[in-house]
Amino acid sequence: MIKTGYRLLKLYRKTIRNFYIGLIFVFLYAPIVTLIILSFNDSRTRAKWGGFTFKWYSSLFRNEEIMAALFNTLSIALISASVATLIGTIACVAIMRMKKTSRTVVIGVTNIPMLNAEIVTGISLMLLFISLGIRFGYGTILLAHITFNIPYVILCILPKMRQLNLSTYEAALDLGAGPLYSFYKVVLPDLMPGIVAGFLLAFTMSLDDFIITHFTKGPGIDTLSTKIYSEVKKGIKPEMYALSTIIFISVLVLLWLVNRIPAKEAVQKKSEKH
Amino acid sequence: MTRSVNDNNRKLNNRRNFGTILMGSPYLVWMAVFIIVPLFMILYYGLIDRDGHFTFANIMAIASPVHSKALWLAILLAIIATAICLLLAYPLAFILSRTTLKRSGFVILLFILPMWMNFLLRTLAWQALLEKTGVINNILAFLRLPPLNIINTPAAIVFGMVYNFLPFMILPIYNSLLKIDVNVVNAARDLGAGNIKILQKIIFPLSIPGIISGITMVFVPALTTFVISKILGGSKILLIGNVIEEEFTHAGNWHLGSGLSIVLMLFIVINMIASSIFDKNREGSML
Repeated sequence: MIKTGYRLLKLYRKTIRNFYIGLIFVFLYAPIVTLIILSFNDSRTRAKWGGFTFKWYSSLFRNEEIMAALFNTLSIALISASVATLIGTIACVAIMRMKKTSRTVVIGVTNIPMLNAEIVTGISLMLLFISLGIRFGYGTILLAHITFNIPYVILCILPKMRQLNLSTYEAALDLGAGPLYSFYKVVLPDLMPGIVAGFLLAFTMSLDDFIITHFTKGPGIDTLSTKIYSEVKKGIKPEMYALSTIIFISVLVLLWLVNRIPAKEAVQKKSEKH
Repeated sequence: MTRSVNDNNRKLNNRRNFGTILMGSPYLVWMAVFIIVPLFMILYYGLIDRDGHFTFANIMAIASPVHSKALWLAILLAIIATAICLLLAYPLAFILSRTTLKRSGFVILLFILPMWMNFLLRTLAWQALLEKTGVINNILAFLRLPPLNIINTPAAIVFGMVYNFLPFMILPIYNSLLKIDVNVVNAARDLGAGNIKILQKIIFPLSIPGIISGITMVFVPALTTFVISKILGGSKILLIGNVIEEEFTHAGNWHLGSGLSIVLMLFIVINMIASSIFDKNREGSML
Protein backbone atom coordinates (compact mmCIF):
# COMPACT_ATOMS: atom_id res chain seq x y z
CA MET A 1 0.00 0.00 0.00
CA ILE A 2 2.72 2.42 1.01
CA LYS A 3 4.78 1.24 -1.95
CA THR A 4 2.05 2.04 -4.47
CA GLY A 5 1.50 5.40 -2.82
CA TYR A 6 5.18 6.19 -3.14
CA ARG A 7 5.14 5.09 -6.78
CA LEU A 8 2.13 7.29 -7.47
CA LEU A 9 3.87 10.26 -5.87
CA LYS A 10 6.92 9.64 -8.05
CA LEU A 11 4.77 9.40 -11.16
CA TYR A 12 2.93 12.56 -10.15
CA ARG A 13 6.25 14.42 -9.75
CA LYS A 14 7.54 13.15 -13.07
CA THR A 15 4.36 14.28 -14.81
CA ILE A 16 4.67 17.77 -13.36
CA ARG A 17 8.32 17.95 -14.43
CA ASN A 18 7.60 16.84 -17.97
CA PHE A 19 4.63 19.17 -18.18
CA TYR A 20 6.82 22.10 -17.12
CA ILE A 21 9.58 21.27 -19.61
CA GLY A 22 6.94 20.81 -22.29
CA LEU A 23 5.37 24.18 -21.52
CA ILE A 24 8.70 26.00 -21.89
CA PHE A 25 9.34 24.12 -25.13
CA VAL A 26 6.01 25.29 -26.51
CA PHE A 27 6.92 28.83 -25.49
CA LEU A 28 10.33 28.63 -27.21
CA TYR A 29 9.20 26.86 -30.37
CA ALA A 30 5.80 28.48 -31.01
CA PRO A 31 7.25 31.31 -33.14
CA ILE A 32 9.49 28.89 -35.02
CA VAL A 33 6.57 26.65 -35.93
CA THR A 34 4.67 29.79 -36.96
CA LEU A 35 7.47 30.87 -39.29
CA ILE A 36 7.73 27.41 -40.85
CA ILE A 37 3.96 27.34 -41.45
CA LEU A 38 4.07 30.85 -42.94
CA SER A 39 6.77 29.73 -45.40
CA PHE A 40 4.18 27.38 -46.99
CA ASN A 41 1.38 29.94 -47.00
CA ASP A 42 0.09 30.77 -50.49
CA SER A 43 -0.84 34.37 -49.66
CA ARG A 44 1.31 37.46 -49.44
CA THR A 45 -0.06 38.57 -46.07
CA ARG A 46 0.50 36.56 -42.95
CA ALA A 47 -3.01 37.35 -41.70
CA LYS A 48 -4.80 34.68 -43.70
CA TRP A 49 -4.07 31.16 -44.88
CA GLY A 50 -4.20 30.92 -48.67
CA GLY A 51 -3.43 27.24 -49.11
CA PHE A 52 -0.27 25.17 -49.20
CA THR A 53 2.50 26.07 -51.62
CA PHE A 54 6.21 25.58 -52.33
CA LYS A 55 6.43 28.67 -54.54
CA TRP A 56 8.37 30.81 -52.01
CA TYR A 57 11.09 28.18 -51.95
CA SER A 58 11.60 28.38 -55.71
CA SER A 59 11.27 32.15 -55.99
CA LEU A 60 13.72 32.51 -53.08
CA PHE A 61 16.64 31.46 -55.28
CA ARG A 62 15.66 33.96 -57.96
CA ASN A 63 15.49 36.83 -55.46
CA GLU A 64 18.84 38.54 -55.97
CA GLU A 65 18.56 40.86 -52.96
CA ILE A 66 17.98 38.02 -50.52
CA MET A 67 20.71 35.92 -52.12
CA ALA A 68 23.17 38.83 -51.85
CA ALA A 69 22.23 39.33 -48.19
CA LEU A 70 22.66 35.60 -47.57
CA PHE A 71 26.09 35.66 -49.22
CA ASN A 72 27.14 38.68 -47.12
CA THR A 73 25.90 37.07 -43.91
CA LEU A 74 27.65 33.76 -44.51
CA SER A 75 30.92 35.21 -45.81
CA ILE A 76 31.15 37.74 -42.98
CA ALA A 77 30.43 35.02 -40.42
CA LEU A 78 33.04 32.70 -41.93
CA ILE A 79 35.80 35.30 -42.34
CA SER A 80 35.22 37.05 -39.02
CA ALA A 81 35.07 33.76 -37.10
CA SER A 82 38.29 32.54 -38.78
CA VAL A 83 40.23 35.76 -38.16
CA ALA A 84 38.91 35.99 -34.60
CA THR A 85 39.93 32.38 -33.94
CA LEU A 86 43.44 33.02 -35.25
CA ILE A 87 43.95 36.26 -33.29
CA GLY A 88 42.23 34.84 -30.22
CA THR A 89 44.31 31.67 -30.11
CA ILE A 90 47.60 33.55 -30.37
CA ALA A 91 46.34 36.06 -27.79
CA CYS A 92 45.52 33.22 -25.36
CA VAL A 93 49.08 31.90 -25.57
CA ALA A 94 50.39 35.40 -24.88
CA ILE A 95 47.91 35.98 -22.05
CA MET A 96 49.01 32.80 -20.27
CA ARG A 97 52.65 33.95 -20.43
CA MET A 98 51.90 37.38 -18.99
CA LYS A 99 52.44 38.44 -15.40
CA LYS A 100 49.40 38.31 -13.17
CA THR A 101 48.49 42.02 -13.16
CA SER A 102 48.75 42.53 -16.91
CA ARG A 103 46.85 39.30 -17.44
CA THR A 104 43.98 40.54 -15.25
CA VAL A 105 43.88 43.85 -17.11
CA VAL A 106 43.87 42.20 -20.55
CA ILE A 107 41.15 39.72 -19.60
CA GLY A 108 39.13 42.55 -18.06
CA VAL A 109 39.27 44.61 -21.25
CA THR A 110 38.50 41.50 -23.32
CA ASN A 111 35.28 41.01 -21.35
CA ILE A 112 34.04 44.54 -22.15
CA PRO A 113 32.35 43.78 -25.50
CA MET A 114 30.61 40.76 -23.95
CA LEU A 115 29.33 42.59 -20.88
CA ASN A 116 28.63 45.91 -22.54
CA ALA A 117 25.32 46.58 -24.29
CA GLU A 118 25.44 45.79 -28.00
CA ILE A 119 23.96 49.17 -28.86
CA VAL A 120 26.87 50.89 -27.08
CA THR A 121 29.45 48.69 -28.83
CA GLY A 122 27.76 49.40 -32.15
CA ILE A 123 27.67 53.16 -31.61
CA SER A 124 31.26 53.28 -30.36
CA LEU A 125 32.53 51.46 -33.46
CA MET A 126 30.40 53.69 -35.70
CA LEU A 127 31.96 56.81 -34.16
CA LEU A 128 35.44 55.26 -34.55
CA PHE A 129 34.92 54.52 -38.25
CA ILE A 130 33.53 58.01 -38.82
CA SER A 131 36.49 59.74 -37.21
CA LEU A 132 38.97 57.51 -39.03
CA GLY A 133 37.20 58.36 -42.27
CA ILE A 134 36.65 54.72 -43.25
CA ARG A 135 33.91 54.23 -45.83
CA PHE A 136 30.99 52.25 -44.38
CA GLY A 137 30.31 48.95 -46.06
CA TYR A 138 31.41 45.32 -46.07
CA GLY A 139 34.78 46.14 -44.49
CA THR A 140 33.39 48.01 -41.51
CA ILE A 141 30.89 45.21 -40.77
CA LEU A 142 33.73 42.70 -40.96
CA LEU A 143 35.96 44.68 -38.59
CA ALA A 144 33.09 45.05 -36.12
CA HIS A 145 32.28 41.35 -36.23
CA ILE A 146 35.91 40.32 -35.70
CA THR A 147 36.00 42.68 -32.70
CA PHE A 148 32.99 41.21 -30.93
CA ASN A 149 33.97 37.64 -31.88
CA ILE A 150 37.49 37.62 -30.37
CA PRO A 151 36.24 37.67 -26.73
CA TYR A 152 34.05 34.60 -27.35
CA VAL A 153 37.02 32.73 -28.83
CA ILE A 154 39.23 33.66 -25.86
CA LEU A 155 36.43 32.67 -23.47
CA CYS A 156 36.39 29.19 -25.02
CA ILE A 157 40.18 28.66 -25.21
CA LEU A 158 41.43 30.09 -21.89
CA PRO A 159 39.91 27.33 -19.69
CA LYS A 160 41.58 24.69 -21.91
CA MET A 161 44.83 26.65 -21.60
CA ARG A 162 44.64 26.46 -17.79
CA GLN A 163 44.27 22.67 -17.92
CA LEU A 164 47.40 22.28 -20.05
CA ASN A 165 50.25 20.26 -18.66
CA LEU A 166 53.33 22.23 -19.64
CA SER A 167 55.74 19.42 -18.78
CA THR A 168 54.84 17.63 -22.01
CA TYR A 169 55.80 20.76 -23.94
CA GLU A 170 59.06 21.00 -22.01
CA ALA A 171 59.69 17.30 -22.63
CA ALA A 172 59.28 17.87 -26.36
CA LEU A 173 61.79 20.73 -26.15
CA ASP A 174 64.23 18.53 -24.20
CA LEU A 175 63.93 15.85 -26.85
CA GLY A 176 65.12 18.36 -29.43
CA ALA A 177 61.92 19.68 -31.00
CA GLY A 178 61.83 23.40 -31.80
CA PRO A 179 59.36 25.60 -29.90
CA LEU A 180 57.02 26.02 -32.89
CA TYR A 181 57.13 22.33 -33.76
CA SER A 182 56.44 21.23 -30.20
CA PHE A 183 53.62 23.77 -29.88
CA TYR A 184 52.07 22.42 -33.06
CA LYS A 185 52.54 18.77 -32.09
CA VAL A 186 52.00 18.84 -28.32
CA VAL A 187 50.06 21.91 -27.19
CA LEU A 188 47.72 22.53 -30.12
CA PRO A 189 45.99 19.12 -30.03
CA ASP A 190 45.07 19.74 -26.39
CA LEU A 191 43.68 23.17 -27.24
CA MET A 192 41.73 21.95 -30.28
CA PRO A 193 38.34 21.35 -28.56
CA GLY A 194 38.43 24.92 -27.22
CA ILE A 195 39.47 26.36 -30.57
CA VAL A 196 36.68 24.54 -32.42
CA ALA A 197 34.10 25.57 -29.81
CA GLY A 198 35.32 29.17 -30.03
CA PHE A 199 35.09 29.18 -33.82
CA LEU A 200 31.55 27.77 -33.78
CA LEU A 201 30.40 30.21 -31.10
CA ALA A 202 31.91 33.13 -33.02
CA PHE A 203 30.30 31.94 -36.25
CA THR A 204 26.88 31.71 -34.56
CA MET A 205 27.21 35.11 -32.91
CA SER A 206 28.17 36.73 -36.21
CA LEU A 207 25.34 35.02 -38.07
CA ASP A 208 22.68 36.15 -35.62
CA ASP A 209 23.95 39.68 -35.00
CA PHE A 210 21.71 42.56 -35.88
CA ILE A 211 22.40 45.50 -33.59
CA ILE A 212 26.13 45.99 -34.21
CA THR A 213 25.71 45.39 -37.95
CA HIS A 214 22.89 47.96 -37.98
CA PHE A 215 25.26 50.69 -36.78
CA THR A 216 28.36 49.71 -38.78
CA LYS A 217 26.86 48.95 -42.18
CA GLY A 218 26.71 51.48 -44.97
CA PRO A 219 23.88 52.14 -47.40
CA GLY A 220 23.52 49.59 -50.18
CA ILE A 221 24.80 46.62 -48.24
CA ASP A 222 22.67 44.27 -46.19
CA THR A 223 23.00 41.12 -44.15
CA LEU A 224 19.93 38.96 -43.60
CA SER A 225 19.23 40.63 -40.24
CA THR A 226 19.36 44.20 -41.53
CA LYS A 227 17.33 43.16 -44.60
CA ILE A 228 14.61 41.75 -42.37
CA TYR A 229 14.68 44.88 -40.19
CA SER A 230 14.22 47.15 -43.19
CA GLU A 231 11.22 45.04 -44.25
CA VAL A 232 9.52 45.13 -40.85
CA LYS A 233 7.45 48.21 -41.68
CA LYS A 234 6.39 47.29 -45.22
CA GLY A 235 5.91 43.62 -44.47
CA ILE A 236 8.32 40.69 -44.68
CA LYS A 237 8.65 38.96 -48.03
CA PRO A 238 7.52 35.31 -47.65
CA GLU A 239 10.79 34.19 -49.28
CA MET A 240 12.48 35.22 -46.03
CA TYR A 241 10.35 32.71 -44.10
CA ALA A 242 11.37 30.04 -46.61
CA LEU A 243 15.06 30.88 -46.24
CA SER A 244 14.97 30.85 -42.44
CA THR A 245 13.13 27.53 -42.52
CA ILE A 246 15.86 26.07 -44.73
CA ILE A 247 18.58 27.39 -42.39
CA PHE A 248 16.82 26.11 -39.30
CA ILE A 249 16.18 22.63 -40.73
CA SER A 250 19.78 22.30 -41.97
CA VAL A 251 21.16 23.24 -38.53
CA LEU A 252 18.77 20.77 -36.92
CA VAL A 253 19.89 17.96 -39.25
CA LEU A 254 23.56 18.89 -38.77
CA LEU A 255 23.28 18.83 -34.97
CA TRP A 256 21.37 15.55 -35.11
CA LEU A 257 24.13 14.03 -37.25
CA VAL A 258 26.89 15.33 -34.98
CA ASN A 259 25.05 13.93 -31.97
CA ARG A 260 24.54 10.59 -33.69
CA ILE A 261 28.05 9.92 -34.96
CA PRO A 262 29.73 9.43 -31.56
CA ALA A 263 26.90 7.15 -30.42
CA LYS A 264 27.26 5.10 -33.59
CA GLU A 265 31.04 4.83 -33.18
CA ALA A 266 30.63 3.74 -29.58
CA VAL A 267 28.21 1.05 -30.64
CA GLN A 268 30.60 -0.09 -33.36
CA LYS A 269 33.55 -0.25 -30.98
CA LYS A 270 31.46 -2.22 -28.54
CA SER A 271 30.43 -4.71 -31.18
CA GLU A 272 34.03 -5.05 -32.35
CA LYS A 273 35.08 -5.97 -28.83
CA HIS A 274 32.53 -8.77 -28.55
CA MET B 1 79.82 29.30 -13.27
CA THR B 2 76.92 30.84 -11.33
CA ARG B 3 77.27 33.97 -13.36
CA SER B 4 76.95 32.20 -16.66
CA VAL B 5 73.85 30.35 -15.42
CA ASN B 6 72.39 33.69 -14.36
CA ASP B 7 73.28 35.17 -17.73
CA ASN B 8 71.67 32.25 -19.43
CA ASN B 9 68.51 32.63 -17.35
CA ARG B 10 68.34 36.32 -18.12
CA LYS B 11 68.75 35.61 -21.82
CA LEU B 12 65.98 33.03 -21.62
CA ASN B 13 63.78 35.47 -19.73
CA ASN B 14 64.43 38.18 -22.29
CA ARG B 15 63.58 35.83 -25.11
CA ARG B 16 60.44 34.77 -23.25
CA ASN B 17 59.32 38.38 -22.76
CA PHE B 18 60.08 39.15 -26.38
CA GLY B 19 57.99 36.16 -27.43
CA THR B 20 55.09 37.24 -25.23
CA ILE B 21 55.16 40.73 -26.68
CA LEU B 22 55.44 39.40 -30.23
CA MET B 23 52.46 37.08 -29.80
CA GLY B 24 50.40 39.42 -27.70
CA SER B 25 50.85 42.52 -29.84
CA PRO B 26 48.33 41.77 -32.63
CA TYR B 27 45.55 41.33 -30.11
CA LEU B 28 46.72 44.16 -27.83
CA VAL B 29 46.72 46.55 -30.79
CA TRP B 30 43.31 45.29 -31.90
CA MET B 31 41.98 45.66 -28.36
CA ALA B 32 43.25 49.21 -28.04
CA VAL B 33 41.93 50.35 -31.43
CA PHE B 34 38.57 48.59 -31.48
CA ILE B 35 37.58 48.34 -27.81
CA ILE B 36 39.24 51.11 -25.79
CA VAL B 37 39.48 53.96 -28.29
CA PRO B 38 35.80 53.60 -29.41
CA LEU B 39 34.61 53.90 -25.80
CA PHE B 40 36.59 57.11 -25.44
CA MET B 41 35.01 58.31 -28.70
CA ILE B 42 31.58 58.05 -27.03
CA LEU B 43 32.93 59.96 -24.05
CA TYR B 44 34.43 62.59 -26.38
CA TYR B 45 31.30 63.06 -28.50
CA GLY B 46 29.09 63.06 -25.41
CA LEU B 47 31.07 65.87 -23.77
CA ILE B 48 31.16 68.36 -26.67
CA ASP B 49 28.43 70.18 -28.59
CA ARG B 50 28.10 70.60 -32.35
CA ASP B 51 30.62 73.47 -32.36
CA GLY B 52 33.18 71.42 -30.45
CA HIS B 53 32.81 73.21 -27.13
CA PHE B 54 32.93 71.31 -23.87
CA THR B 55 29.49 70.80 -22.35
CA PHE B 56 27.54 68.63 -19.95
CA ALA B 57 24.27 69.39 -21.76
CA ASN B 58 24.19 66.07 -23.65
CA ILE B 59 24.42 64.10 -20.42
CA MET B 60 22.01 66.34 -18.50
CA ALA B 61 19.50 65.84 -21.34
CA ILE B 62 18.56 62.60 -19.58
CA ALA B 63 16.62 64.76 -17.11
CA SER B 64 14.19 65.97 -19.79
CA PRO B 65 10.73 64.39 -19.37
CA VAL B 66 10.80 62.32 -22.56
CA HIS B 67 14.27 60.88 -21.93
CA SER B 68 13.88 60.19 -18.23
CA LYS B 69 10.52 58.53 -18.86
CA ALA B 70 12.16 56.29 -21.49
CA LEU B 71 14.98 55.42 -19.10
CA TRP B 72 12.72 54.57 -16.13
CA LEU B 73 10.39 52.53 -18.31
CA ALA B 74 13.36 50.61 -19.70
CA ILE B 75 14.71 49.94 -16.19
CA LEU B 76 11.29 48.85 -14.93
CA LEU B 77 10.58 46.51 -17.85
CA ALA B 78 14.11 45.06 -17.72
CA ILE B 79 13.76 44.31 -13.99
CA ILE B 80 10.36 42.64 -14.49
CA ALA B 81 11.66 40.61 -17.46
CA THR B 82 14.78 39.53 -15.52
CA ALA B 83 12.66 38.45 -12.55
CA ILE B 84 10.30 36.42 -14.74
CA CYS B 85 13.27 34.81 -16.53
CA LEU B 86 14.77 33.82 -13.19
CA LEU B 87 11.48 32.34 -11.93
CA LEU B 88 11.01 30.35 -15.14
CA ALA B 89 14.64 29.30 -15.61
CA TYR B 90 15.57 28.12 -12.12
CA PRO B 91 13.13 25.20 -11.84
CA LEU B 92 13.92 24.26 -15.43
CA ALA B 93 17.68 24.30 -14.90
CA PHE B 94 17.15 22.32 -11.69
CA ILE B 95 15.11 19.64 -13.47
CA LEU B 96 17.63 19.46 -16.32
CA SER B 97 20.58 19.15 -13.95
CA ARG B 98 18.89 16.12 -12.30
CA THR B 99 18.28 14.17 -15.51
CA THR B 100 20.80 11.58 -16.71
CA LEU B 101 23.84 13.08 -18.41
CA LYS B 102 23.44 11.56 -21.84
CA ARG B 103 19.99 12.91 -22.53
CA SER B 104 20.38 16.31 -20.90
CA GLY B 105 23.10 17.32 -23.38
CA PHE B 106 20.58 16.93 -26.14
CA VAL B 107 17.84 18.72 -24.18
CA ILE B 108 20.19 21.66 -23.57
CA LEU B 109 20.86 21.73 -27.30
CA LEU B 110 17.13 22.03 -27.89
CA PHE B 111 17.07 25.15 -25.72
CA ILE B 112 19.85 26.77 -27.72
CA LEU B 113 18.50 25.72 -31.09
CA PRO B 114 15.85 28.47 -31.38
CA MET B 115 18.72 30.97 -31.43
CA TRP B 116 19.58 29.70 -34.90
CA MET B 117 16.42 31.20 -36.31
CA ASN B 118 16.96 34.91 -36.81
CA PHE B 119 15.87 36.74 -33.67
CA LEU B 120 14.07 39.49 -35.60
CA LEU B 121 11.96 36.89 -37.37
CA ARG B 122 11.16 35.11 -34.11
CA THR B 123 10.04 38.38 -32.56
CA LEU B 124 7.97 39.15 -35.64
CA ALA B 125 6.35 35.73 -35.32
CA TRP B 126 5.24 36.67 -31.80
CA GLN B 127 3.73 39.81 -33.28
CA ALA B 128 1.67 37.57 -35.58
CA LEU B 129 0.73 35.28 -32.71
CA LEU B 130 -0.24 38.02 -30.26
CA GLU B 131 -2.18 40.25 -32.67
CA LYS B 132 -5.80 41.10 -31.89
CA THR B 133 -6.94 38.68 -34.61
CA GLY B 134 -3.87 36.47 -34.23
CA VAL B 135 -3.53 32.76 -33.59
CA ILE B 136 -3.59 32.95 -29.79
CA ASN B 137 -6.76 35.03 -29.70
CA ASN B 138 -8.42 32.66 -32.16
CA ILE B 139 -7.62 29.75 -29.87
CA LEU B 140 -8.88 31.71 -26.85
CA ALA B 141 -12.09 32.59 -28.69
CA PHE B 142 -12.56 28.93 -29.62
CA LEU B 143 -12.22 28.02 -25.94
CA ARG B 144 -14.65 30.89 -25.12
CA LEU B 145 -12.01 32.65 -23.06
CA PRO B 146 -11.55 36.43 -23.01
CA PRO B 147 -9.07 37.70 -25.64
CA LEU B 148 -5.52 38.67 -24.77
CA ASN B 149 -4.95 42.28 -25.78
CA ILE B 150 -1.31 42.81 -25.00
CA ILE B 151 0.16 43.70 -28.39
CA ASN B 152 1.55 47.26 -28.48
CA THR B 153 1.62 47.48 -24.67
CA PRO B 154 4.57 47.33 -22.24
CA ALA B 155 3.39 43.80 -21.33
CA ALA B 156 4.13 42.62 -24.88
CA ILE B 157 7.63 44.12 -24.64
CA VAL B 158 8.28 42.22 -21.40
CA PHE B 159 6.96 39.10 -23.10
CA GLY B 160 9.41 39.57 -25.99
CA MET B 161 12.31 40.19 -23.59
CA VAL B 162 11.55 37.02 -21.63
CA TYR B 163 11.28 35.03 -24.83
CA ASN B 164 14.52 36.31 -26.34
CA PHE B 165 16.74 36.22 -23.26
CA LEU B 166 15.45 33.16 -21.36
CA PRO B 167 18.23 30.85 -22.71
CA PHE B 168 20.83 33.29 -21.29
CA MET B 169 19.34 32.67 -17.84
CA ILE B 170 18.93 28.90 -18.20
CA LEU B 171 22.52 28.11 -19.27
CA PRO B 172 24.57 29.75 -16.46
CA ILE B 173 22.23 28.44 -13.74
CA TYR B 174 22.30 24.97 -15.28
CA ASN B 175 26.11 25.04 -15.38
CA SER B 176 26.43 26.16 -11.76
CA LEU B 177 23.96 23.44 -10.66
CA LEU B 178 25.95 20.81 -12.56
CA LYS B 179 29.12 21.81 -10.70
CA ILE B 180 27.60 21.01 -7.29
CA ASP B 181 29.30 17.95 -5.81
CA VAL B 182 26.77 15.16 -5.29
CA ASN B 183 28.68 14.10 -2.18
CA VAL B 184 27.82 17.38 -0.46
CA VAL B 185 24.13 16.76 -1.05
CA ASN B 186 24.49 13.15 0.11
CA ALA B 187 26.36 14.24 3.22
CA ALA B 188 23.55 16.67 4.08
CA ARG B 189 21.01 13.91 3.60
CA ASP B 190 23.03 11.57 5.83
CA LEU B 191 23.07 14.25 8.48
CA GLY B 192 19.28 14.34 8.41
CA ALA B 193 18.43 17.29 6.15
CA GLY B 194 15.16 17.09 4.23
CA ASN B 195 14.69 18.05 0.59
CA ILE B 196 13.63 21.62 1.34
CA LYS B 197 16.53 22.12 3.75
CA ILE B 198 18.99 20.80 1.15
CA LEU B 199 17.59 23.16 -1.46
CA GLN B 200 17.69 26.09 0.93
CA LYS B 201 21.08 25.48 2.58
CA ILE B 202 23.14 23.81 -0.17
CA ILE B 203 21.80 23.92 -3.70
CA PHE B 204 20.57 27.49 -3.74
CA PRO B 205 23.69 29.10 -2.13
CA LEU B 206 26.01 27.12 -4.43
CA SER B 207 24.08 28.20 -7.53
CA ILE B 208 24.31 31.92 -6.74
CA PRO B 209 27.23 32.55 -9.16
CA GLY B 210 25.09 31.12 -11.98
CA ILE B 211 22.12 33.24 -10.94
CA ILE B 212 24.26 36.38 -10.88
CA SER B 213 25.74 35.86 -14.33
CA GLY B 214 22.29 34.95 -15.63
CA ILE B 215 20.87 38.19 -14.25
CA THR B 216 23.64 40.22 -15.90
CA MET B 217 23.21 38.45 -19.22
CA VAL B 218 19.47 39.12 -19.25
CA PHE B 219 19.30 42.55 -17.62
CA VAL B 220 21.81 44.38 -19.86
CA PRO B 221 20.32 43.40 -23.25
CA ALA B 222 16.78 43.91 -21.89
CA LEU B 223 17.63 47.37 -20.58
CA THR B 224 19.18 48.47 -23.87
CA THR B 225 16.94 46.83 -26.46
CA PHE B 226 15.33 48.89 -29.18
CA VAL B 227 14.23 46.13 -31.53
CA ILE B 228 11.80 44.32 -29.23
CA SER B 229 10.11 47.55 -28.21
CA LYS B 230 9.83 48.61 -31.84
CA ILE B 231 8.28 45.34 -33.04
CA LEU B 232 6.07 44.36 -30.10
CA GLY B 233 5.43 47.77 -28.55
CA GLY B 234 4.25 49.52 -31.67
CA SER B 235 6.14 52.72 -32.35
CA LYS B 236 4.53 54.66 -29.51
CA ILE B 237 6.36 53.19 -26.53
CA LEU B 238 9.90 54.57 -26.33
CA LEU B 239 12.63 52.87 -24.33
CA ILE B 240 16.03 54.47 -23.79
CA GLY B 241 17.43 52.20 -26.53
CA ASN B 242 14.91 53.57 -29.02
CA VAL B 243 15.81 57.16 -28.13
CA ILE B 244 19.54 56.52 -28.65
CA GLU B 245 18.99 54.61 -31.88
CA GLU B 246 16.84 57.45 -33.25
CA GLU B 247 19.55 59.99 -32.46
CA PHE B 248 22.14 57.99 -34.39
CA THR B 249 20.02 57.07 -37.41
CA HIS B 250 17.20 59.51 -38.18
CA ALA B 251 17.61 62.51 -35.90
CA GLY B 252 21.34 62.61 -36.52
CA ASN B 253 22.37 64.24 -33.24
CA TRP B 254 25.35 62.03 -32.34
CA HIS B 255 26.35 64.26 -29.45
CA LEU B 256 23.00 63.83 -27.70
CA GLY B 257 23.04 60.10 -28.51
CA SER B 258 26.52 59.74 -27.06
CA GLY B 259 25.56 61.68 -23.92
CA LEU B 260 22.59 59.38 -23.32
CA SER B 261 24.81 56.34 -24.00
CA ILE B 262 27.17 57.51 -21.26
CA VAL B 263 24.23 57.52 -18.82
CA LEU B 264 23.26 54.05 -20.04
CA MET B 265 26.82 52.82 -19.54
CA LEU B 266 26.71 54.05 -15.94
CA PHE B 267 23.83 51.65 -15.28
CA ILE B 268 25.71 48.81 -16.97
CA VAL B 269 28.79 49.53 -14.84
CA ILE B 270 26.65 49.61 -11.67
CA ASN B 271 25.22 46.24 -12.66
CA MET B 272 28.71 44.85 -13.31
CA ILE B 273 30.08 46.09 -9.98
CA ALA B 274 27.08 44.66 -8.12
CA SER B 275 27.58 41.29 -9.78
CA SER B 276 31.34 41.23 -9.17
CA ILE B 277 30.72 41.82 -5.45
CA PHE B 278 28.56 38.69 -5.37
CA ASP B 279 30.78 36.65 -7.61
CA LYS B 280 34.48 36.92 -6.85
CA ASN B 281 36.00 34.69 -9.51
CA ARG B 282 33.97 35.51 -12.55
CA GLU B 283 36.73 34.87 -15.10
CA GLY B 284 35.14 32.58 -17.64
CA SER B 285 32.01 31.94 -15.64
CA MET B 286 29.88 33.59 -18.28
CA LEU B 287 28.76 30.49 -20.15
